[in-house]
Amino acid sequence: MAETLLFNALREAIDEEMGRDDTVFVLGEDVGVYGGSYKVTKDLYNKYGELRVLDTPIAENSFTGMAVGAAMTGLRPIIEGMNMGFLLLAFNQIANNAGMLRYTSGGNYKIPMVIRGPGGVGRQLGAEHSQRLEAYFQAVPGLKIVACSTPYNAKGLLKAAIRDDNPVLFFEHVLLYNLKEELPNHEYVVPLDKAEIVRPGKDVTILTYSRMRHHVTQAVKGLEKKGIDPEVIDLISLKPLDFDTIGASIKKTHRVIIVEECMKTGGIGAEIIASINDRYFDELDAPVVRLSSQDIPTPYNGKLETLTIVQPKQIEAAVENMVALKV
Amino acid sequence: MVQERTLPQFHAPAAQIAPEEGLRLYEDMILGRFFEDKCAEMYYRGKMFGFVHLYNGQEAVSSGVIKSLRSDDYVCSTYRDHVHALSAGVPAKNVMAELFGKETGCSKGRGGSMHLFSSEHNMLGGFAFIGEGIPVALGAAFQSRYRRDALGDSNADQVTACFFGDGTSNNGQFFECLNMAALWKLPILFVVENNKWAIGMAHERATSQPEIYKKAAVFGMPGVEVDGMDVMAVREVAQQAVARARAGEGPTLIEALTYRFRGHSLADPDELRSKAEKEAWLARDPIKRFEGYLLEQNLADEGTLKEVRDRIQTRIDDALTFAEESPEPSPDDLYKYIFADE
Repeated sequence: MAETLLFNALREAIDEEMGRDDTVFVLGEDVGVYGGSYKVTKDLYNKYGELRVLDTPIAENSFTGMAVGAAMTGLRPIIEGMNMGFLLLAFNQIANNAGMLRYTSGGNYKIPMVIRGPGGVGRQLGAEHSQRLEAYFQAVPGLKIVACSTPYNAKGLLKAAIRDDNPVLFFEHVLLYNLKEELPNHEYVVPLDKAEIVRPGKDVTILTYSRMRHHVTQAVKGLEKKGIDPEVIDLISLKPLDFDTIGASIKKTHRVIIVEECMKTGGIGAEIIASINDRYFDELDAPVVRLSSQDIPTPYNGKLETLTIVQPKQIEAAVENMVALKV
Repeated sequence: MVQERTLPQFHAPAAQIAPEEGLRLYEDMILGRFFEDKCAEMYYRGKMFGFVHLYNGQEAVSSGVIKSLRSDDYVCSTYRDHVHALSAGVPAKNVMAELFGKETGCSKGRGGSMHLFSSEHNMLGGFAFIGEGIPVALGAAFQSRYRRDALGDSNADQVTACFFGDGTSNNGQFFECLNMAALWKLPILFVVENNKWAIGMAHERATSQPEIYKKAAVFGMPGVEVDGMDVMAVREVAQQAVARARAGEGPTLIEALTYRFRGHSLADPDELRSKAEKEAWLARDPIKRFEGYLLEQNLADEGTLKEVRDRIQTRIDDALTFAEESPEPSPDDLYKYIFADE
């Protein structure tokens, strides 16, 4: 066991997969000589050469489409979006080609590609660099969407994403790169479509993902002192959602709070609520509550930025409130 | 009507071609023309739906370029993709069945007119948004170079032909991809089919530099203009570009000056193009012109050409029967093909 930072866990995943499969390659802005803006591809250029760790010009839509063409013809590209917000410029290629092309081609082609990179609200990075794109992409058919949250799941999920024969959007969080954890020495992969039960409990189900997992964990410490026993689930897979795990938890707790960094309108939480109503309405003892970010471009000012995203105290209060209403 | 561009001169009689090769090109052009005529008939009879963009008039480009490729090379098309698919070897019956939305279609009835795919024939697709196929073609070309230079596969000398229209040459993906192709010396042919009109937008109204082939110079890439109504001329420049690409010398931009004889799509009222312009280009029909060439050069006689036309007509009739009699996709398979492991 060795303690590893999250960015390094991702790097290990890429290195291991490039070592075992020579059709795996990385492309993106500053991934090569520079080693990646968050050093996820550090030194891989020296190890694998300039074609396998390809520095691209600043042309997001075109290099994303290039990855689609490479994937259709037998390679396994990993795109690094220097900041996931930039991928809005590649929306055409991600939605029309990466997402839909297997279907519209009637199964002629498969598109094994990973699009990964940092997203989420950081520390005063400004609106364009503080986006949460998962809601925009969840409506695109044919994409798998995954969000990692710990060094352990980051490494195992990225390896699984690289091996998957479909396009996978792999969301990392800009504030989690320096998270530390001891990782096993043996090789492991983590399934892309399984939620992770972070903390079993009986009083309420808290559904969360990415950085909000850690805000929830903080809130839980306060809740435990008050004798409340929440079940915390890290969704991991945002598409498809793991309703086996979610459903089993609801049948146990009958109460659900969603904590997300996603914007409220049309967000991941909105989709989950609709699906829970479809599937488990009779199991619910209370309406599902969602704690989402504010529907605004992320402000630069630190105080306003903090107010934009959900804080541990708010989570604590919301859970207390819901449990207090218990009949 | 804007002054017509002076077409580059090409002396076909001086070019060498074997009679079998001449007939192969002729057959391919006839196949394209007859197929599209049948599509128009089926569309107007209410048997074919959606947007159908026909290729009539541009056959010399598809045949001249794609018939200069090997079967393991790649073709990437646009929304005007039927004839590119046929030239690439996708059977007419499977293309026709696709346009009928049938399970036997080359995209299993899920794609339709603008989304023709065949992995078997390295047909990378028809792409319905302007320019979105160019990056995909770039990826196929990158893959050839990657296999050759990163994986040491000396057989990886496949070339990709990427087609698009004059309207696309104003799109960012065009410039971004020319840059990358030149930067990495990718084995790709960028083939602009300049048919002068982007639906109702005349090329000169949208383009500050109407001579698209000149845009190659900025990227240090050879740019060639060619008479896109002359299959021998297109073939000549395509062969040179393919040889360059295969030798690892990088991309070429080919601007073929051509014309669509029909409207943008079968739903286009085609009110803007002048009669004089249309007639001037109709008089330069690439098929009639190539027939004249084959006869003059004694490469074929009228009987042989008629045999080709009869044979192709039969193939189109068979394709139509096949398409009409093929089953529709099963409703049970609505979700099939979303993901690779399903």
